[in-house]
Amino acid sequence: MALLSVEHLTVSYGAIRAVRDLSLSVEAGEIVAVLGANGAGKSSTLNAIMGLLPASEGSVRLDGREIHGTPPERVVRLGMTLTPEGRHVFPRLTVEENLVLGAIPLRDRSRAQALRRRIFERFPVLAERRGQQAGTLSGGEQQQLAIARSLMSGPRLLLLDEPSLGLAPRYVDLIFDLILDLREEGTTILLVEQNVERTLSIADRGYVLVTGQLQLSGPAAELQASSGIERAYLGIGVA
Amino acid sequence: MDLFVQQLVNAISLGGVYALLALGLAMVFSIMGLVNFAHGEIMTLGGYAMWFVTVQFGAPLPVVVAASVLTGLVAALLMERIAFRPVRGASVVTMLLTSFAVSVMLQVTFQNVISPRPKGVQLPPEMSRVIPVLGVEIGVIQLTAIVMVLVSLGLIMLFLRRTTLGISMRAAAQDFSVARLMGIHADAVVATAFAISGLLAGVAAFLWVAQRGSVDPGMGLTPIIKAFIASVMGGLGSLPGAVVGGFVLGFVEIMLQAWLPQAALPFKDAASLAIVIAILLWRPQGLLGRAADRV
Ligand SMILES: Nc1ncnc2c1ncn2[C@@H]1O[C@H](COP(=O)(O)OP(=O)(O)O)[C@@H](O)[C@H]1O
Ligand SMILES: [Mg+2]
Repeated sequence: MALLSVEHLTVSYGAIRAVRDLSLSVEAGEIVAVLGANGAGKSSTLNAIMGLLPASEGSVRLDGREIHGTPPERVVRLGMTLTPEGRHVFPRLTVEENLVLGAIPLRDRSRAQALRRRIFERFPVLAERRGQQAGTLSGGEQQQLAIARSLMSGPRLLLLDEPSLGLAPRYVDLIFDLILDLREEGTTILLVEQNVERTLSIADRGYVLVTGQLQLSGPAAELQASSGIERAYLGIGVA
Repeated sequence: MDLFVQQLVNAISLGGVYALLALGLAMVFSIMGLVNFAHGEIMTLGGYAMWFVTVQFGAPLPVVVAASVLTGLVAALLMERIAFRPVRGASVVTMLLTSFAVSVMLQVTFQNVISPRPKGVQLPPEMSRVIPVLGVEIGVIQLTAIVMVLVSLGLIMLFLRRTTLGISMRAAAQDFSVARLMGIHADAVVATAFAISGLLAGVAAFLWVAQRGSVDPGMGLTPIIKAFIASVMGGLGSLPGAVVGGFVLGFVEIMLQAWLPQAALPFKDAASLAIVIAILLWRPQGLLGRAADRV
């Protein structure tokens, strides 16, 4: 049984259909990519899966259990979380306070302590700046904090929305290495990215959206070889 | 010099009450974008609770304080549940009109069920004594006000900085939907914001009624307008701003009262509003407000 299975998902904003009849699945241990040009409906898909968008139709199952319509504060307790596009750290809370909030879904205090230690080892810059307001961090540091905050809930499935967007090259490397490490440690990843080549080089499988509809899907290697990807990004070019 | 210290004490105790009310308004506004004009009626309810326990049971002072504070808490929680939860996420205007409606309905209810006339609240005579502190004669009521205000503000600050729920409240004020992604329950933070605003209004009610000795249906109006002015002056939605705004307004009013010539006293409120407007012209975002965002 798939860890996450989405069927016939449709997302609307008033009269605008952002996603139409999308089906996708993620197996435990995979890195699955969702690709597409700006406005293709990638963020809408992730937000709807998390329960952040009330106006969506279709089925979303986690471990076979229907969670469509479940509010996000309950979904995170089931072991799935989202690092939203644009980072959205709480700018006027300290780094440490941001991390404390990330651990709210965990009931087990000693697990939260262990995760916190692990996160400070993994992200030394966050340990260094733990007392600093998150809004004063650089973009790359804020992205690390946003991911670290998601990891504090100990997710089995992590949804990442454009984690490398707008980052300096060294941070982009750091983020892609981190994603591989996380998978190594057993976290399943559903990754939305604009950096197509890089993403397909670490992903197992991918789905390509064009204006809210599934255009292509398959193993990453096949997508890399296909010309459909280029057509999907027509007008924007392939990174 | 003594006179100045005495006026300062008056300013701190009056400003402190404004600060408690303004902080309650700002707390609710920062979480759900509602300016709660019925906040004054929470205070009035606290005053009626004080009247009830003193007249009916001759309750001792601590019970009177507890009655006021608990009534504020319960009234605020009920108000959220009954009147404001159904309009949560609605437009600012819808929520504002709802709060006006709640305010008017409660005032009419007080007039019809209790009395349109003031009800006297008799507190122990020690409350109106004057005692020497560091060589200056200071009223027990003023002293009580200063202590209660500082303790309340201190506890709220500890709550917001040290507890996970308090940190969640600050997070929800900054970005409500991302706060939900952290597993923070929307209902819990909104209810907590109302609970705190109700507790603070209960404390303010006690201090206000202790000062004037009676409670009437329209009692909440003046202080709530002052608190609203204070929170705008401090930067609407900024919690420290609301507190600072409250103290500044109290200071301005007391100093005008003390030093305006006799003939000008009727224009005291106009003069204090002129000062507030001057402050807002100088800093349109309020004393501690941020130009581009809310908290
Ligand atoms: N809050 C919103 N209100 C109205 N339309 C929206 C909103 N969010 C996204 N859209 C529209 O939905 C479509 C998909 O957007 P989005 O999911 O953000 O795409 P992507 O993440 O792939 O760039 C776009 O046409 C966008 O303009
Ligand atoms: Mg997007």
